[in-house]
Amino acid sequence: MAYSDKVIDHYNNPRNVGTLDKAKTNVGTGLVGAPECGDVMRLQIEVDENQIITDAKFKTFGCGSAIASSSLATEWLKGKSVDEALTIDNMDIVEELALPPVKIHCSVLAEDAIKGAINDYRVKNGLPELQLPKSHH
Amino acid sequence: MLTLPIYLDNNATTPLDPRVLEAMLPYMTKMFGNAASRNHAFGWQAEEAVDYARDQIAALINCSPKEIIFTSGATESDNLAIKGVYEMYASKGNHIITATTEHKAVLDTCKHIEKIGGKVTYLHVDDKGLIDLKQLEEAITDKTILISIMYANNEVGVIQPVREISAIAKKHGILFFTDGTQAVGKIPVDVEADGIDIMAFSAHKMYGPKGVGALYVRRKNPRVKVTAQMDGGGHERGMRSGTLNVPGIVGLGKAAELAKQEMEADTARISAMRDRLERELLTIEESYVNGSTEHRLPHVSNISFKYVEGEGLMMGVKDLAVSSGSACTSASLEPSYVLKALGLSDDLAHSSLRFGLSRFTTEEEINYAIDHVKEAVSKLREMSPLWEMYKEGIDLNSIEWAEH
Repeated sequence: MAYSDKVIDHYNNPRNVGTLDKAKTNVGTGLVGAPECGDVMRLQIEVDENQIITDAKFKTFGCGSAIASSSLATEWLKGKSVDEALTIDNMDIVEELALPPVKIHCSVLAEDAIKGAINDYRVKNGLPELQLPKSHH
Repeated sequence: MLTLPIYLDNNATTPLDPRVLEAMLPYMTKMFGNAASRNHAFGWQAEEAVDYARDQIAALINCSPKEIIFTSGATESDNLAIKGVYEMYASKGNHIITATTEHKAVLDTCKHIEKIGGKVTYLHVDDKGLIDLKQLEEAITDKTILISIMYANNEVGVIQPVREISAIAKKHGILFFTDGTQAVGKIPVDVEADGIDIMAFSAHKMYGPKGVGALYVRRKNPRVKVTAQMDGGGHERGMRSGTLNVPGIVGLGKAAELAKQEMEADTARISAMRDRLERELLTIEESYVNGSTEHRLPHVSNISFKYVEGEGLMMGVKDLAVSSGSACTSASLEPSYVLKALGLSDDLAHSSLRFGLSRFTTEEEINYAIDHVKEAVSKLREMSPLWEMYKEGIDLNSIEWAEH
């Protein structure tokens, strides 16, 4: 299967690989997937006092599409407000990266990771956890 | 001179040896006759070429040329052997014994046998990939008509104890079929010494053309027959109808002749390169060889690089053509059933790469492979949350992973 140029670009030059200090109250961490399924994504956001995401980092164990999906997600998250970030839909990622049907689950994981990171941030800051529809893939 | 990309997937298929191509070419143009045409020179010429190929193949596996049935490849041979025995020996019983690490061409044929009323026992393998002979013997019933165990495995290269298996089969008066696709032409296979009754193999795994293979069917002690699976002109002693693929058969014959002549020298050179590749790659932290290294084909190495995912890794070594036990593209997301049968956890199965060398592999290519795999593993581990956790001493089994 051939990868799209955008997937290859993100794979070769991943944006925002790294780790934020998860002990900080303004850092939210989302860890999704499972090693036995062949992909695990960890996505972290750092949020300022105006609810703006000032930094985002990822680390991913997975195929090229999983790496590209999470790399793209961090790019999109930076500068967005937390509420705006919640509107990122996995199909936006599918479209941007031209993912084939067998790789759609990578984009779903990235969306789950974004929501997981936001929820972690909310819980840390005394906000109620958002009830998100559980995605199945 | 190094030419990219580098082909290290020789268990999937091998390149055609130019000497094989040369032998085949005249049979595509000038000598195009039908080997079954008995009344003119074109037919005689084709028949002569087929007979010569039969001799070449018989010499490689130590059988009589009359015991070779030409087919379209190993998948057809596997089907013909198992379904053909099941039908031919229906009055004796309906039970077949095989193993969980067999090729899909055997496993799915066995599934078909079960659907039409047969019984199949799937033997488990140990962590090295070997079957247990005691379990094999215990699985035998008075209805057992066939033991089907592959000679060597396509994913990890593990060689089964064929002689011990055939001895058990003989003791109980059961036929022994082996899928020899990965072994024939690569290691010495002798149907007499090995006690094989039926064996499938294919040309394109030993530098021959695709679309041609054979089934060895023993004619003496015991005389074995398989029921044809295609109706037609009754070619190949009535076991496989269809006009013979003369150029393909000539290619298989030439490939067999070259294998016999060059096996010893090829093996010495290829296994030295394989061992060096493996030794170097195992210097990578948390990397493991899958399957037995003692009973193994000389040209294969299957290695798991923990905490990196195989498909991602293949993308990182894009100038190396290898394959992975990760099946991220399949709908099921299930990794290799062979690696799982060896007891590998799913995450290790997802982290595996298979390297398959050939007689055309060079030292420069191995150098390139070593450097690039090392580089890619290290790059991907920098990106891997699992690697980070491992380095922090976190037990990955203690984490409650979200199932998906």
